[in-house]
Amino acid sequence: MALKIVKGSIDRMFDKNLQDLVRGIRNHKEDEAKYISTCIDEIKQELKQDNIAVKANAVCKLTYLQMLGYDVSWAAFNIVEVMSSSKFTYKVSCSQLQLQSVDAVLITTIINSVSLPLVTQDLSSPNQYDTGVALTGLSCFVTPDLARDLASDIMTLMSHTKPYIRKKAVLIMYKVFLKYPESLRPAFPRLKEKLEDPDPGVQSAAVNVICELARRNPKNYLSLAPLFFKLMTSSTNNWVLIKIIKLFGALTPLEPRLGKKLIEPLTNLIHRALDLLYGMVSKKNLMEIVKKLMLHVDKAEGTTYRDELLTKIIDICSQSNYQYITNFEWYISILVELTRLEGTRHGHLIASQMLDVAIRVKAIRVFAVAQMATLLDNGHLLTGNMQRNGICEVLYAAAWICGEFSEHLEDPMQTLEAMLRPKVATLPGHIQAVYVQNAAKLFATVLRKQEGTTDSLAAQETSQLLIDRLPLFVQSANLEVQERASCILQLVKYIQKLQQKEVEVAEEVTALFAGELNPVAPKAQKKVPVPDGLDLDAWINEPPSESESEDEKPKAIFTKEEPKHTRPRHTEVDEKELARRREARKQEQANNPFYIKTSPSSQKVYQDQPGVEHIPVVQIDLSVPLKVPGMPMSDQYLKLEEERRQKERSERKKKEKKKKREKHGRGRRADSGPESEEDITPAHHVDIVTEEMPEVCWVLLQWPLTDNEKLPVRTHRPAEAVKSPVEAGNGESATPEPKKKKEKKKDKERKVDLSSLTVYLTLFFSHIVYDVQGNLQDGSQVVVSVIFENKTDHFLKSMEFNVLDSLNSKLQRPEGSSPHDGLAVPFQLPPGVSNEARFVFSVQSIVMPQKLKGTLTFIVKTEDASTHEKLDFKLHFTCTSYLITTPCYSDAYAKLLESGELKSSSLKLEGVIMPFHHLLARICFHHHFSVVERIDSCASMYSRSIQGHHVCLLVKTVSTQRVPCLEWMSSILESTR
Amino acid sequence: ARACRSDSRREDFSRTPMMQFMLLFSRQGKLRLQKWYVPLSDKEKKKITRELVQTVLARKPKMCSFLEWRDLKIVYKRYASLYFCCAIEDQDNELITLEIIHRYVELLDKYFGSVCELDIIFNFEKAYFILDEFLLGGEAQETSKKNVLKAIEQADLLQEVCCSLPSSLGGVARCHERQDVSTARSSQTE
Repeated sequence: MALKIVKGSIDRMFDKNLQDLVRGIRNHKEDEAKYISTCIDEIKQELKQDNIAVKANAVCKLTYLQMLGYDVSWAAFNIVEVMSSSKFTYKVSCSQLQLQSVDAVLITTIINSVSLPLVTQDLSSPNQYDTGVALTGLSCFVTPDLARDLASDIMTLMSHTKPYIRKKAVLIMYKVFLKYPESLRPAFPRLKEKLEDPDPGVQSAAVNVICELARRNPKNYLSLAPLFFKLMTSSTNNWVLIKIIKLFGALTPLEPRLGKKLIEPLTNLIHRALDLLYGMVSKKNLMEIVKKLMLHVDKAEGTTYRDELLTKIIDICSQSNYQYITNFEWYISILVELTRLEGTRHGHLIASQMLDVAIRVKAIRVFAVAQMATLLDNGHLLTGNMQRNGICEVLYAAAWICGEFSEHLEDPMQTLEAMLRPKVATLPGHIQAVYVQNAAKLFATVLRKQEGTTDSLAAQETSQLLIDRLPLFVQSANLEVQERASCILQLVKYIQKLQQKEVEVAEEVTALFAGELNPVAPKAQKKVPVPDGLDLDAWINEPPSESESEDEKPKAIFTKEEPKHTRPRHTEVDEKELARRREARKQEQANNPFYIKTSPSSQKVYQDQPGVEHIPVVQIDLSVPLKVPGMPMSDQYLKLEEERRQKERSERKKKEKKKKREKHGRGRRADSGPESEEDITPAHHVDIVTEEMPEVCWVLLQWPLTDNEKLPVRTHRPAEAVKSPVEAGNGESATPEPKKKKEKKKDKERKVDLSSLTVYLTLFFSHIVYDVQGNLQDGSQVVVSVIFENKTDHFLKSMEFNVLDSLNSKLQRPEGSSPHDGLAVPFQLPPGVSNEARFVFSVQSIVMPQKLKGTLTFIVKTEDASTHEKLDFKLHFTCTSYLITTPCYSDAYAKLLESGELKSSSLKLEGVIMPFHHLLARICFHHHFSVVERIDSCASMYSRSIQGHHVCLLVKTVSTQRVPCLEWMSSILESTR
Repeated sequence: ARACRSDSRREDFSRTPMMQFMLLFSRQGKLRLQKWYVPLSDKEKKKITRELVQTVLARKPKMCSFLEWRDLKIVYKRYASLYFCCAIEDQDNELITLEIIHRYVELLDKYFGSVCELDIIFNFEKAYFILDEFLLGGEAQETSKKNVLKAIEQADLLQEVCCSLPSSLGGVARCHERQDVSTARSSQTE
């Protein structure tokens, strides 16, 4: 016997184990079936042996073969035999196998008859993992018979001390219920208990089971609603939450009261979703998303949720300076639709949006005014149940817009009447005040129209109307209203007197409100440079000396003054006071319609659009009825917008086709793919004033560059024409050269970076724009900021920027690296993203232009592979890139010229056709000059190099021939600093 | 009789757990793992597998991860060369299924340490155990990764202890292999 065992175990050593089997199958790719059949033969031999370990090994292999799709039912008896062994490993493998061959009738019968005691024995095994395996196995082959027999055992296990067992038992119960529904009733109380199990795993298992059960028959589980409600509000487990919400979805139709209770926790969940939405919007899907949200607004019960939706809609639309809005008519209509909401607290929000849009988007004013007039006309609808109704705030905006832009009104008289209705007196005071003020503005407009038609009677009637209605406001309890009303009333009375004398007054009345309101950027003040010689910290008048003041200080009469705490306390108060004042100022600005609100704006967003005047403004489609404020019209805009895009797309396609015909394979951009974000051009332009956007540069970009080439300090000068400003005196450097090609490219890109106009490199993989700037702190350094834009569909990473140094200019590398090492670009570029990197170059002589060759290496990561790519580029350092715009006063300028230290030269340019002031603007912008003085068509200009050289320039136009004559005085003084 | 049978089957389908089955297969269409939470005949299973593998492999990378198939919904996701594919009922949430797939992959990854297809081929039983600890009868039983892995480790330990003979299941062998590799690596670095 012993010998046999030893022999068996020795045999075993030569047996294949599972690893060998798997490896063998992988090695026999050609004749897999044959290999497996031999394996199966071996397994059969192994199963015949007495050694349980050998059998277990065989069964293990069978599990694998069975997974591969081979029939192993012939071994069912052996499998059960192995499973009955007391060794955990063997059982584990068997349980795996069992569940794979569930339907084998043989097995189920065997299980029923043979393994039932085994399984039950396992169920009460002291080892939790034994029991666990048994339960796992059971989960897959539960039959009605098994379910019936084991139900009570499993129920006991539901109260096992180990949570590991409890949770498995709970889940198995679901299977048991399905197979043997009678067990549900006795087991249910215990299941319910498990909902409050201290172990989260058991809890979530119980939730799972009950949710699934409830879906079949929700009625029975209504009583559990409070428990689930508690779970929902307290649980942080998202998996459980989803199940619970699903359950409530089944329960609410049966119990309407539940719906109300659920609103709050559900809205909390929805908030999260809304926050996601905020980040999701794009130009393409904005209208769609807002449309969906509007539907929810209509359906929403409970004002909190509705208000939340409303703010979200506005947040989404107005984010990043209305970046995603392509059609402002649509947006105005959305705002008007939102005013239909009763009882919202966010009237002021809508109002501020209306004002903001109407002021900043000039093209929309006509439309906005028409809409606002309708709103005013229907004002009584909004003020239905007034006081606590925040929506009447909207009337504030409506009145102001109608008054301010009254020239766009179709029927100002009607609006005027609407604004003077007695019902207006029930509105809050600040709105009334705006009504009164704007009624006056409207009055001016109406007068103008009526006097124009020589109908003096009508004009007098209008005055009479005001005189009749205004006293109502004069009696107002609100001081502001009272003051404005009485002031205007007197004015109108006076006007009426003049009218009776047949004096035309319209002009003068209009003059009261003359002047256009323009948006001003919050940081506009910073753009104004502090003039040279102005020291803001210096005293204008010397303060009286300390001793003097101490002497003359009157003695405290009533209270004893403590002199010591005046100073420190003062500063302390200052800080708090400052914060308070800042807050107050912000508040004030927020309420002031003439200020643009600070919003998180990305500066790049609007840079790719030319100025307002150059935007093709879409004509307002009058076929869209705008009369009734209660009509949802935003949908129509959605449709219109789609049509517009369709049209644009087809046009673009046409153009592209044309381009293709002209030039084969030049453009590498996808010609007709899905439209990308940038391709959607907005129908209206937002007038956005960010501090980085001087009006001039827009203008500059619009013109063809032809004349600019003739400037002596052309940015891209051929190498032979290289002359320093000093030597440029002979004027030969002014050879005009055609640079149109580059310009065209620029237009095509439609991407303009404001701060860098020097050169655009269009690259296959990425698009690099760079700008060379002098470093004020260090006369021998220039900073080149390069904008990398990834135009591919792939991820770019490991970018390395390298430039071949010349004698004169060197790329500054970190210490210890050789002059041939590249600099790693500190970011990666996902598709469509651009980012800026700065590189410092040290320059020895700034009087000669430079052209540096460089390469950019990077890795393109595609779906399957990543390839290493290389890009060659050139950096042009021109003499003017070393200039820094420096203001100069004319007297200082004169002194400089008088000093005689400047060398001078002049040259004449012909064929310059652009207006003189444009020319100046161009020189200023491209070549960093500033205008010192300009008289007619003659201007003197000044600039300074980073090393402190003065450069003076005189530009003249010889009027007869319209030829500007440039007098070029440049100087190199030894660095004065 | 046939009608009756098909009826009973439909009955089975309608009263099934959230997840009907889970398949793992490679880009070449080789099945790596299968887990059925509904009783089906081998023939039926093979048919479903073949059909699904074909359908899923034919889909382009940018296409949706969800598709309707028969009266079920298929949720799949590709990780490197492996496709994880689940079938759920039409009322069920696809996103949570996707999350389940991902959680399973995370578990595998944590257990094997940057899991690859070979790990699953050679240690398929471990992959099954992990799945069993995570899902039970087609329902998520344990949402905590830590708990699942703890259970697996305990079971591994138990297996090694009770194996007086060298493991036939490869769990121990795998450990040795790993160790060899790591020592080889360390010696290389030295």
